[in-house]
Amino acid sequence: MSAAKTATKRYAMTVDTRQCVGCKACVLACKAENAVPDGFCRQWIVEEIRGEFPKLSAEIRSERCNHCTDAPCVKNCPTGASHVNEGGVVLVTHHKCSGCKACIAACPYDARFVHPEGYVDKCTFCLHRVQKGLQPACVGVCPTGTLTFGDASDPESAVSAQLRERSSKVNHPESGAGPNVHFLV
Amino acid sequence: MATSRREFIQIGGAGLGAAALGSGLTTKWWGLDPDVVHDPGTDGDQVIPTFCELCFWKCGVLAHVKDGRVTKLVGNPEHPLSRGRLCPRGTGGTGLLYDPDRLKKPLLRKSTKRGGQDFEEVSWEKALDFTAEKLLKIKKECGPDKVALFSHGFGGSFFKHLLFAYGSGNVTAPSYGQCRGPREVGFNLTYGASLGSPEVLDIAHSRCLTLIGSHLGENMHNTQVQDFAQMIAKGGELVVVDPRFSTAAGKARYWLPIRPGTDMALLLAWIHVILGEGLYDRDYVEKNAIGLEELRAHVADKTPEWAFTETTIPASTIVETARFIAGARPASLIHPGRHVTWYGDDVQRSRAIAILNALLGSWGRRGGIFVPTQLNVPKYPVPDYAEKPKTTQDAPDGVVYPFAEEVLSHGVCDATVPGRIMTKGCPVKGWIVYGSNLLQALPQRKNVEEAIQKLDLLVAIDVLPAEIVGYADVVLPEATYLERWDDVAPVPWSEPFLAIRQQVVPPMYESKPGWWIAKELANRLDLGQYFPWESGEQMVTDRLKAGGYDVEKLKAKGVVKGAPVPVRTDEGLELAFHTPSKKIELYSKQMADAGLPPLPPWTRHEQPADGQFRLLFGRTPTHTFGRTTNNRFLSEVYSENEVWLNAKAAKEQGLVHGEIVTLLNQDGVRSQPVKLKVTQRIRPDCVFVVHGYGHTNPGLKFAAGRGMDDQTLVTRIAVDPVAGTTGMSVNFVTIEKAPGTTAAAAKAEA
Amino acid sequence: MNALLEATTTRTNPGIDPSLHIWGWEIVVYLFLGGLVAGIFVLAAALELKSGEKPRGTALRLMPIVALGLISVGMGALWLDLAHRLWAWRFYLFFHATSPMSWGAWILVLIYPVGLLLGLGSMNDEQRAWLRGKTPGALRGLLTTLFGWADGRRRGILVTSVAMGVALGIYTGLLLGTMPSRILWNSAVLGPLFLASGISTGAALLLLLPLEESERKTLVRWDAVAIVAELVLIALMLLGFATSGEVGQWAASQFLGGPYTAVFFSCVVVLGLLVPLVMEAIEAKRHLPFATILPVLILTGGLALRWILLTAGQHSAFRFLP
Repeated sequence: MSAAKTATKRYAMTVDTRQCVGCKACVLACKAENAVPDGFCRQWIVEEIRGEFPKLSAEIRSERCNHCTDAPCVKNCPTGASHVNEGGVVLVTHHKCSGCKACIAACPYDARFVHPEGYVDKCTFCLHRVQKGLQPACVGVCPTGTLTFGDASDPESAVSAQLRERSSKVNHPESGAGPNVHFLV
Repeated sequence: MATSRREFIQIGGAGLGAAALGSGLTTKWWGLDPDVVHDPGTDGDQVIPTFCELCFWKCGVLAHVKDGRVTKLVGNPEHPLSRGRLCPRGTGGTGLLYDPDRLKKPLLRKSTKRGGQDFEEVSWEKALDFTAEKLLKIKKECGPDKVALFSHGFGGSFFKHLLFAYGSGNVTAPSYGQCRGPREVGFNLTYGASLGSPEVLDIAHSRCLTLIGSHLGENMHNTQVQDFAQMIAKGGELVVVDPRFSTAAGKARYWLPIRPGTDMALLLAWIHVILGEGLYDRDYVEKNAIGLEELRAHVADKTPEWAFTETTIPASTIVETARFIAGARPASLIHPGRHVTWYGDDVQRSRAIAILNALLGSWGRRGGIFVPTQLNVPKYPVPDYAEKPKTTQDAPDGVVYPFAEEVLSHGVCDATVPGRIMTKGCPVKGWIVYGSNLLQALPQRKNVEEAIQKLDLLVAIDVLPAEIVGYADVVLPEATYLERWDDVAPVPWSEPFLAIRQQVVPPMYESKPGWWIAKELANRLDLGQYFPWESGEQMVTDRLKAGGYDVEKLKAKGVVKGAPVPVRTDEGLELAFHTPSKKIELYSKQMADAGLPPLPPWTRHEQPADGQFRLLFGRTPTHTFGRTTNNRFLSEVYSENEVWLNAKAAKEQGLVHGEIVTLLNQDGVRSQPVKLKVTQRIRPDCVFVVHGYGHTNPGLKFAAGRGMDDQTLVTRIAVDPVAGTTGMSVNFVTIEKAPGTTAAAAKAEA
Repeated sequence: MNALLEATTTRTNPGIDPSLHIWGWEIVVYLFLGGLVAGIFVLAAALELKSGEKPRGTALRLMPIVALGLISVGMGALWLDLAHRLWAWRFYLFFHATSPMSWGAWILVLIYPVGLLLGLGSMNDEQRAWLRGKTPGALRGLLTTLFGWADGRRRGILVTSVAMGVALGIYTGLLLGTMPSRILWNSAVLGPLFLASGISTGAALLLLLPLEESERKTLVRWDAVAIVAELVLIALMLLGFATSGEVGQWAASQFLGGPYTAVFFSCVVVLGLLVPLVMEAIEAKRHLPFATILPVLILTGGLALRWILLTAGQHSAFRFLP
């Protein structure tokens, strides 16, 4: 039953919609950690309220780039700036980017944006921190413990446990891109 | 055609060369053109621990400093209140530190009338001399108790000390009379202890948490929200009583959209059901409480059916939720709330909540209310205050509320206007305002402005040009929490700990730390002996050393913890109640003796007429009311408040989502223009705004003019007869399209 | 949108929210010029393949070189669109087979030698002598070699030119068409549509030149075919949208009753396609040449088509659907 841990990591994130209160600590911590320019954000909060007073239901989600397994942004990049790095994390090498924005048009989740310095930017799963054994900034700051990050190919990881134990969904699965941010419902 | 060998080699060579080149194009030149994991470089060369001051929770933070600049603030994993995590405001501290609108130099008023916004920049010397001169004059002519300190924020301790040394006990904060006061009084009367801040609640272990108006999740008090989330993760359930579908309501098992003003009916009906069906913790109540039979008799007629007529919550729901709440006892907590100054019977409502908690057996128990512990730090040796500081409360003909444990801010305000509440002797002549924007905090703005004009001295000590600063005679710019040493004060909590606030970066501009300002004033007031330390740092380190604490370790880690102490019965805590009877007083003889109802009475409050809406206000997670609304970093995710209006009501009024409206209250006061949020998330008889917007001080270059100030519409208050606190959710508004908009013109034409 | 859904987001990224605005007039200009140039390549080469003779008119002979000038202007517009312009050379250190934009970058480079050889080979003796005169002495030998290649491998060059023209004309449509996140671009028809439009606008530009009667007749006939192809492809595109579920129906509705209906049908379908088609039919039957008005309508229609599709596509994010 337990699969052997594969040599290739598959980083993924789970977002527990039961816990998330939409406080935006993640949004701001990410901005602080990654020096995201004013007016831009790499992650955001979506709040959906359904129903009619007084029969209402709510779902709150903390969203960012999904680091898709079959990322259309990477497929469409003409310079190789958009690439898949360690653990399946999709990154942009700044000095290879020409700013053609094909990746922005290709992204089903509109997760990317043009950085004022000219290259295209987005969430990096804080790989620079992960490689040092730290958590991504959003995961570390979240006061409600909504965010979990780890190696989904490792059955012992917290992320794998959550995906086993809880029902989850991804955003717009019909994109076919294979997103790796899962929303626990 | 025969190709020569040379041609073959040429073509072959060219082909291979092209293939090599081509494969380089697809292999990123075999590692010669590697991809990069960019490091944003925000990690500091130094990481200095301190604690936050964006709100009043005091979460431990680690400040990263690089090249003399704070690059980011993260949670201190050692700190029991932040546990390494921060609410959005904590991260936003850099937005305060580097706010270009910060007060930079001391100012003296030039305009003849206070509020004229005309100041001249002066030296500290001149500003402090001016202040001291005026204070000495007031002391000589009227007495030191005619100076009051309004203080909100941890750094105010130096000014409290100064004022006590000066001879006044009039130290107050709107956070009592306009916020938490009734809750503290209600719980003091019942249990002999108040909730404090941070509230001593064991939410993480609750099996059922009932929120009466509290909107945790929009209220981002860090630890409490962390515990709230842990509770949910462990399967704990929520009962949310709120006219608005708050974030918490979205996670609740039961959402009761109660008619505003009727919470008491619901609480009494719940007590009725719980007692009637025997769903209370018999052993606990028998052992620890008195007055059960009086309570039973009191709620005999408070049936769910009756409560429905007042609250609009169906009787069956009231019964079901009563059973649900009680079923989770003793780990069933009725949250006491925080801002509870609503309708004027707020102490009684807090009493009802305290009583209900007692019936559930939650006080002192796991998942309920714990009895805090704290470390001790010896006081710095200073001379005794010359006399017991006098307060306006001691004034013979002022109104005195014997159960109020703190001075009431609006009381001081009233005592400033001759003849308003006192007719003998001098009125209050001087206000020192530390970090408290009285104009947005106190209700009945006209009264506040009138009082301000009557003063001999108004000193504002602040970081940003809040509205009150614009009315001051002298403005003293304080350094932010990241630029100063503050005193050390252990926080009562579930584990004993001590945190320090130390300077992370030097003060910017000409701002100074509070300890310095207070000491300089003391020297000029001939009170230097009360401030014998050379610096805030020296004072604190001396105190810590005297207490046997490792100062260097504390400076490095920011926190020191003590040995665990039982705070709940399951940890070995022995319950003790500091009431006259030494028991939980369900029936309050103290109140009866003071001529006040000893059990919470039901009062039907006035409801808005047709077409009117009750004005409700609350929080948003990214901000601490007006304190952070100029913070450009925090404002990136929320920059302006909106008025929430029920969709059906909006349709009836011909209003659409996103249009600009103004609110007009029952006394004819009109709000600033504000955006309308048409939503299903609120009852049709009330509207909701986030408090703290509608700034008018032009010095707040980002916040000025954004949104509306709800406090200007609080012209009607309901004074609580028990504690004297001011209920403020008693104003009704009508909504009009903002004049000057095309929508208004169209309507006018129609 | 579900009426009983209130959805809010805190993201307000410039250029992304509330809807995409990353490609503007620069891309419209490039798409137009690119299609035009593709058409010129295809038509110039096809005319010669059909007739077996070099072009008669002087202007027509020079069109491949002029086309290189036009595509350079187009590339200039593309370069202006780049957000990180000084790193544009990065296109040429990499080839990504799954990226239509990468294909396009390389096509835009390869089109120069092909166009040069096509153009040099089309020149008559007078033009060649003039060019030789203008060439500095050191390069005259190279020029002679080039003329040699251009003439010696004429058929190969003509076929390659047609292929390059088709590639140039089709890849931009493929680029947009393979972005499923933008609903209005998500059609396999977009590639052929852009090619057909390119051929038509190319023909229109050529029709503005002084031409031999037979050349003109052929171009008018071929343009009519291209226009009919465009009309069929547009119909297929709308039909494809309308029959592919709720998402597609929304896409189709944008042009059938929605915000783009009026401008699309007036500027593109009627003025850009139907009216020219009718004019060409009349011209074929009655031998009445519509000298200037016909090409202008076609060119305007081609520009409008690209502008509308680029704008509407960016406003049709897939994520807007609940």
